[in-house]
Amino acid sequence: MDFFLQLLLNGVVVGSIYALVGMGFVIIFKSTSVLNFAQGEFLLLGAYISLAITTSCKIPFFAAMLLTLAFAVLLGIAIERLILRPMIGKPVISIIMVTLGLSSILRAIVQGIWGTDTRPFEEIFPAAPVRIGPVPVSQAYLWSIGCVVVLLLLFSLFFKYTRTGIAMRATAFSQRIALSMGISVRFMFALAWAMAALVSAIGGILLGAIRTGVDASLALIGLKVIPVVILGGLDSIPGAIVGGLLIGVLENLAGGYLDTLVGGGIKEVAPFVILVTILMIKPHGLFGKVHIQRV
Amino acid sequence: MIRCGDFKTSYAKDMAIFNSGLARCSLALFLLVLLAVPLYATSYWMDVLNRVGIAIIGALGLNILTGFTGQISLGNAAFMATGAYSTAYLASLGLPFVITIPLSGILTAVVGMIFGVPSLRLKGLYLAMATLAAHFIIEFGVTHWNSVTGGVNGTSVPAASLFALKLDSDGKVFYLIFSLMFFLVLFAKNLFRTKVGKAFVAIRDQDISAEVMGVNLFKYKLMSFGVSSFYLGVAGSLLAYQAKYISPENFPITLAIDYLAMIIIGGMGSILGSILGALFITGLPEALRLATSVLNDVFPALVGLFASLKLGVFGLAIVLFLIFEPDGMAARWRKIKTYWRLYHFSH
Repeated sequence: MDFFLQLLLNGVVVGSIYALVGMGFVIIFKSTSVLNFAQGEFLLLGAYISLAITTSCKIPFFAAMLLTLAFAVLLGIAIERLILRPMIGKPVISIIMVTLGLSSILRAIVQGIWGTDTRPFEEIFPAAPVRIGPVPVSQAYLWSIGCVVVLLLLFSLFFKYTRTGIAMRATAFSQRIALSMGISVRFMFALAWAMAALVSAIGGILLGAIRTGVDASLALIGLKVIPVVILGGLDSIPGAIVGGLLIGVLENLAGGYLDTLVGGGIKEVAPFVILVTILMIKPHGLFGKVHIQRV
Repeated sequence: MIRCGDFKTSYAKDMAIFNSGLARCSLALFLLVLLAVPLYATSYWMDVLNRVGIAIIGALGLNILTGFTGQISLGNAAFMATGAYSTAYLASLGLPFVITIPLSGILTAVVGMIFGVPSLRLKGLYLAMATLAAHFIIEFGVTHWNSVTGGVNGTSVPAASLFALKLDSDGKVFYLIFSLMFFLVLFAKNLFRTKVGKAFVAIRDQDISAEVMGVNLFKYKLMSFGVSSFYLGVAGSLLAYQAKYISPENFPITLAIDYLAMIIIGGMGSILGSILGALFITGLPEALRLATSVLNDVFPALVGLFASLKLGVFGLAIVLFLIFEPDGMAARWRKIKTYWRLYHFSH
């Protein structure tokens, strides 16, 4: 039973990070219909920038984090303006490829500046674990779950009540109608990319803190989150959260119970088996908007 | 555009792939030069050339599926792995290459068709993800089926053989790779002049209209997956023979992205484009290596940055091509040709 609880808890923690990154995917897809394959690299860049700021400037962690987030916002806006805007109206394959090209460029920048060795991440959260019932839980885990919950609440409120949030939803619904209502679609696109970069940077910092180090493998999570957003539905923020938690828990349970049967590696492939199953029976995910199109 | 005074007096002439004497002569000359290359080139350049040949076959395969049929696939690296591992296994049983290569191609075609089944329900983005999942599932299979694939450590591949003939050097494998490549290019070129090829293009252009016109979508989409995977399987098979040792590291997801980049940069839905793109993407790291070794005296730090430089230039090439020349190098080549054809009188 303890083993099960431990797996469940690990799943929830990993799942909350997935949910965070998935949220970045969804924000971009919802308003611009672009699936951003460079999301993992946003994460990587966020982690490295915060690392660079804390180690070189010797400023407190909180200030460094704010600076990182400001940088991430600028990066998101720059990428939207320079790379994604010329691609508006191009076929899906071109848009997929342009984000894949972007991911190569970002990875090259990270490798060129910081090399390929694992860099130790400074200890942000105290190492002593807290006990929840019978299971010891590291504080970094609790912090990351807390952050995810707060961000989720903030974004839900933002999309529901603020003027800009509603404008973004209107843009997602129909760009033409949004334009005729006096909404600047370009501004909404830039905002979506900035928000996605921001969320990913937070995810990067949290992951760096949990793993106590960053290296290029951090970017792989960008691909692993794809099953999450498909499961939840590509255009639903609650979907990303539920999908993230579900995939996190399922992959940990599969890893815990099945790894011994097949000799490891189940954790990596389980989300993709789920992905194929979902695509076959419910391609628009649990909470996604259903577009009826028969071929 | 047809040149002035170029009259076709028979259907055979009108249908010819190489429609002028000049084109036929230059092709023959080019092939002769290619035949002579292994006699003079160093082993390093033979290796590069072999990889170009394999990449051309693979890029053609992907272009048939993605460029001509409009089905986006991120699973091509896994399909190549299927071909490569089938060859490794069959060759270790002592079978000659005339059997292993087609058999690996057919096996890969079957695997490709299985993973092509979701294409009936899924389009665009969703199909890309389904094939991405196919990549990871096949990769999992490859790393865990130890008795056949050797697991993470990989497996060695005996030299391609046919009775007493053993293709054990890069120079000898070259003839195998390039004769197959020549045949497969010709096959692809002809495929798009048949009913099947035209059905592929119809599906790409507008699937609903294609269905209305009597194209059985499921059948032709599966067929496209099959043909494309056959090409990729043959490419993987040749890769196994050329590399002599294969492990899962030979077929990462980045390889799939490399192949997609080839057809994007070369030109989607163009045979010439697949060839140019394969040349460009395979040649890019070699050109960069040359450039860094030349600049080594001036900027010694450059050698350390080579890996990231390669990655960055690769990404930049994709992005710039997509923004400035979305139809790829093949379209640019056509424009250049038209310009010179009308030189002096272009207005």
